[in-house]
Amino acid sequence: MTEAIYVQLLYLACGAFLLTGVLVLWRRDLSAIIRLFALQGLALGALILVLAAYQRDLALALVGVGVGGLRAGLLPYVMRRALAAAGAHRETRPLVNAATSLLVAAVLAMLAYAISRPLTQLAPGPTIRAVPVALTVLLVGFFVLVTRRRALSQVVGFLLMDNAITATAFLTTSGVPLVVELGVSLDVLLAVLVLYTLTDRIRASFGGTDLDELRELHD
Amino acid sequence: MTASLVTAPIVVPLLSAAGYAVFGWNRRTAWLGAVAAAGLLVGAALLAAGTRGGAVLAALGLLRADALSAYMLIVIGVVALPAMLAGPAYLAAEAAAGHVSPAAARRYGMLTQMFLAAMALAVLAANLGLVWVAVEATTIVTAFLVGHRHTREATEAAWKYVVICSVGIGLALLGVVLVYFAALHAGLSEAQGLDLAMLTERATGLDPGVTRLAVLLLVLGFGTKAGLAPMHAWLPDAHSQAPAPVSALMSGVLLSVAFYAILRVKVIADQALGPDFARVLLVVAALGSLAVAAALLLAQRDYKRLLAYSSIEHMGLLALGAAVGDALALAAVLLHVLGHGLAKSVLFLGAGHIQHAVGSSRISALGGLLARAPLLGGTFGLGLLALLGLPPFSLFASELGIARAGFPSGLGWAVVVAFTLMLVIVAAVGRHARLMLLGPAPAVAAEPGIRVPRAVAGSLVAALAVCVLLGVTTAPLDGLLRSAAAIATGAAP
Repeated sequence: MTEAIYVQLLYLACGAFLLTGVLVLWRRDLSAIIRLFALQGLALGALILVLAAYQRDLALALVGVGVGGLRAGLLPYVMRRALAAAGAHRETRPLVNAATSLLVAAVLAMLAYAISRPLTQLAPGPTIRAVPVALTVLLVGFFVLVTRRRALSQVVGFLLMDNAITATAFLTTSGVPLVVELGVSLDVLLAVLVLYTLTDRIRASFGGTDLDELRELHD
Repeated sequence: MTASLVTAPIVVPLLSAAGYAVFGWNRRTAWLGAVAAAGLLVGAALLAAGTRGGAVLAALGLLRADALSAYMLIVIGVVALPAMLAGPAYLAAEAAAGHVSPAAARRYGMLTQMFLAAMALAVLAANLGLVWVAVEATTIVTAFLVGHRHTREATEAAWKYVVICSVGIGLALLGVVLVYFAALHAGLSEAQGLDLAMLTERATGLDPGVTRLAVLLLVLGFGTKAGLAPMHAWLPDAHSQAPAPVSALMSGVLLSVAFYAILRVKVIADQALGPDFARVLLVVAALGSLAVAAALLLAQRDYKRLLAYSSIEHMGLLALGAAVGDALALAAVLLHVLGHGLAKSVLFLGAGHIQHAVGSSRISALGGLLARAPLLGGTFGLGLLALLGLPPFSLFASELGIARAGFPSGLGWAVVVAFTLMLVIVAAVGRHARLMLLGPAPAVAAEPGIRVPRAVAGSLVAALAVCVLLGVTTAPLDGLLRSAAAIATGAAP
């Protein structure tokens, strides 16, 4: 693979990664949000495969397939099941409307560039220059988490953050050591299963998955 | 031999968890958890002796035990033992009230043991990434324990707990990634890039810009799990809703295990960035936590939440000691970890029995506890005195140590602010304690006498006795404390 094609493919994958993340802010239909999340998982898998192809690293390619499978296949599957069980298919009333959210995403992108300055200064290169993209998705995920009121939207926000951290890991260092990567993936999977079970319980005891109903505990 | 001692604290609870998975929770397996906790404590003591000559590696270099890990293991064992001894009585009471099915009891047995194993892994991991995995694993395991009672409150607490802690710990993961990035650029190999010992040794070569960002994320992330402000919002809910033995473990030792991760990060940060960066972060977290605790303790109406906010207070105090950062301060911090673990487990275990008997966790429902249940009221009252830092309990000695170390280090102003806030806390908790222990009994005090099972009563008294003993003399732990503090200051490898 030539340098030029490698950089093009890398940025294409990063672009898809960013676009799917930002579009989550735009959609209110929960099944569409899950589909976007699955697409983002694919983009992340593709990103790792591009890195692997350029570095001719078979192990990295296998990790890419694994990460893509987890984030584009297994996690969306679990969430679709949670959605089917929950019955509520729309984000009823996010605290911030879609247009404002998209504007906020632009501000977050600038913030991400500012934060990643030390990284780009340490090792300028095509992969490091893409780190702000991952950090933008991280901040967008956090924004989704704090402004959405459905249990499932909050899970998506958490998973966007996690995708972004994984993308940062692969962009900066081609991934943390395998044992850590395995642990991280397992923990994320388990965290989602825990949240899935809890969503179920929230519905059973509160009669819905609107988190505004959670106000038994306060001082 | 010593290498197998390093893996034992993780393997023993896992075996016991497997035992619960296979045999379920019944009269014969009920004490298995306590046996495993005792085994963990014995293993920790042997390991403390075994690491006297230096760190011991095990499991292909993934695990590493030094004096600091051994000390933290002792704390885990010391808090786990009374918590596990209280488990059978807790489940029996819940079963009598019709709250637990056999499946739930089996799950309780498994999860508490996996919880112990995850904490042991966190303090034994040689690799910063593995520390992260273990700390996140504690969140996942305890999520179901917090939600064990299936009530609306418990479900809400579990949801907040998992979401806030997973996000916080996610930030720490980004910090881990950035440390690894900086380490590779400092010339460390891929196998060494996250190794704590290697990172500490080569910290001066790490890029300051990236490291600063990484340390900020790591302190914020692990600080979330440690219950430090501003990411403490989950703590009062989770600690007040979890079953009493789990609250004791979470408050008494899980917070400290997360704080241990911050101590390890601080050693690297001090070498790479100079001591000021981590110090500023920790002072902000410390004073913020103390202020939050003071504000919310003043008008607190729920005694379990009162205990939870007191944990935030004590974590703030630990952060202050770590910010001071010399050998005296860190020895005091480590002693405080143990003293707080002992006192907090006494209080949460006592609170569990009180709640079962009274049927409410409101302070106003308690009046005259000392007369209604002398043993329980007495241990609860003494536990509160210990928590407020009164002599002869060890928390008095450790708080004094932190204050004494603070003035010469230039953080005298922070110590003054912190102890002013603590005076407010002493006044607030003291007032609540007087109401609960001595105040007039509520008019409807028609409950049958509050009885505490012998195993629980024994462990409550024993834990308080150890706390007093450590307040009088730390002689049995002196050598270990000194070497652990040397590691935490970065003076020893």
